[in-house]
Amino acid sequence: MSNIKYILGSFGDPDEMMHGIDKLQENNIKIHDVYTPMPIHGIEAKLGIKRSRLDVLAFFCGLTGTASAFALIYLTSVVDWRHNIGGKPALALPDFIPIMFELTVLFCAFSLVGAYYASTHLFPGRAPRVMDLRATDDRFIIAIDAKENAEHSVIDGLLKDAGALEVKYNERKYVSYE
Amino acid sequence: MGTHNYNLTEQFEFTGKAKTLSIIAIVIGIAAIGFGFSKETLHERTFANLLLMAYYFACVCMSGAFFLAVQFVAQAGWSASILRVPEAMAKVLPIAVVILLVVIGLGLYTHNLYHHWHAEGLTDPNSENYDKLIDGKSSFLNVPFFMGRQFVFLTVYSVFAYFLAKWSNNEDVEGGLNSYRKSFKYSCVFLVIYGFTTPIFAFDTVMSLEAHWFSTMFGWYNFAAMWVSSLAAIAIILILLRKAGYMSWVNNSHLHNLGQFIFGFSIFWTYVWFAQFMLIYYANIPEETVYFYNRWENYEFWWYLNLVLNFLSPVLLLMDRDNKRQENVLLGVSIVVLCGHWVDYYQMIMPGAVEKGENGFGFIEIGTALGFVGLFTFTVLRALSKKPLIAKNHPFLQESLNHHL
Repeated sequence: MSNIKYILGSFGDPDEMMHGIDKLQENNIKIHDVYTPMPIHGIEAKLGIKRSRLDVLAFFCGLTGTASAFALIYLTSVVDWRHNIGGKPALALPDFIPIMFELTVLFCAFSLVGAYYASTHLFPGRAPRVMDLRATDDRFIIAIDAKENAEHSVIDGLLKDAGALEVKYNERKYVSYE
Repeated sequence: MGTHNYNLTEQFEFTGKAKTLSIIAIVIGIAAIGFGFSKETLHERTFANLLLMAYYFACVCMSGAFFLAVQFVAQAGWSASILRVPEAMAKVLPIAVVILLVVIGLGLYTHNLYHHWHAEGLTDPNSENYDKLIDGKSSFLNVPFFMGRQFVFLTVYSVFAYFLAKWSNNEDVEGGLNSYRKSFKYSCVFLVIYGFTTPIFAFDTVMSLEAHWFSTMFGWYNFAAMWVSSLAAIAIILILLRKAGYMSWVNNSHLHNLGQFIFGFSIFWTYVWFAQFMLIYYANIPEETVYFYNRWENYEFWWYLNLVLNFLSPVLLLMDRDNKRQENVLLGVSIVVLCGHWVDYYQMIMPGAVEKGENGFGFIEIGTALGFVGLFTFTVLRALSKKPLIAKNHPFLQESLNHHL
């Protein structure tokens, strides 16, 4: 049993890489993931990646912000410490709205930044997870799980036929730990 | 890029149900206006309704020209294949302008409109009607200057609208980039003029109905209303054309973009509306709160309905991505938003305009609104049927045909 964990096809051209994805899929070889230095149109649909649920998270975090702001203002200026401000009732809803709006935006933004860091493992001080360093520069990388797909020579041939400049056999998942 | 088999010379045929229904609506409108003028006590209310709908009609059409200008200045590619619809609206603008100017002129002449600042003796210190505030404003609010401003602003908008549509038609014949470059250049000029003059136009046409009261937010508040209602009108026309089998190149991504526009500018409208309301509510100065006092006492239902239709419904129904891409949802929300901005204008105009005589909501309101909807449909669809439905030589056409979000 070899120690190879991932096979990486390194392409110099996005069209050739898309062609490579087609070839692999025609041969029922499961693709682990694809890394590109720039966004590629239509690649999510091709790889069958599910839509991000970030918007749902944003909505509920925003609602939490609205509720927190309302609770904060209500408890301080209606329950705990009533003030007569311009003869308005203590529960003057229009006055609350700017603060509720701002806290909605704040909670939403902070939690989305947090969610982004959590999903990409980009916490400060932590080594980023990169499978091939040139994927952030000039190469388009197709990663295939070596343990799930036994026929390594077939994969190698398909990638090279599609125009891969280089095929790597990595024994570690991420190179950037080194 | 993929190849398409779209018919780039496709032309809209204005016949059948659309034509019959719009003519019926126009007849109902004429009947409602005729009914309004048959009774002396209803004159003021009829004029207020005419002003409301003529203003709405002109605003939707001039925002069509604004849409064109924004697309040119942003060098937007996604919209290149749908520009013929706002172009048709822009071409109708001169008709809307004539109607608005006639309504305003007759209203001033018969003292049925703008009687807060245009009446006997308001600026004469010896008269018992003397009004010091109005006298102070009379160097701006006097009939010649007022009508002059209306005429100049609306003519300038019409001229730009006419040429933007004309250059697009020239482009069909000649090809090349000349028309696009010209449209870009004059769109920049138009946007500057439009941005500075629409608030004044709104101050004049609507805010001066209650000439004692003023709000600096009012211009942008009206701008947001006219822009979002125009976007809704564009969306409705596109979706109905698509349902009738035209414009097969309009895909869900185009609708998505329009949905985002409607969603975003509904929130912008609410933002400006709320900014105007909250400052007045918070400061609580009698000369300012009188505006909302009148609306809360006499038009409370409309005041709240305005927020439900123009804020809650677009926010809740268009927030989801999939909803923006579903033509029936977008169609429904666009219709709600168009009705909502009628309510918006209704509660802006009626309390100040209808004082003597009867106010309310009845045949005159519904009939006049239907009449103008019919007129808008008839004139815009007729303008649309004159030219192919796609600007086939637009430089960004391929980008628009391949638009994908």
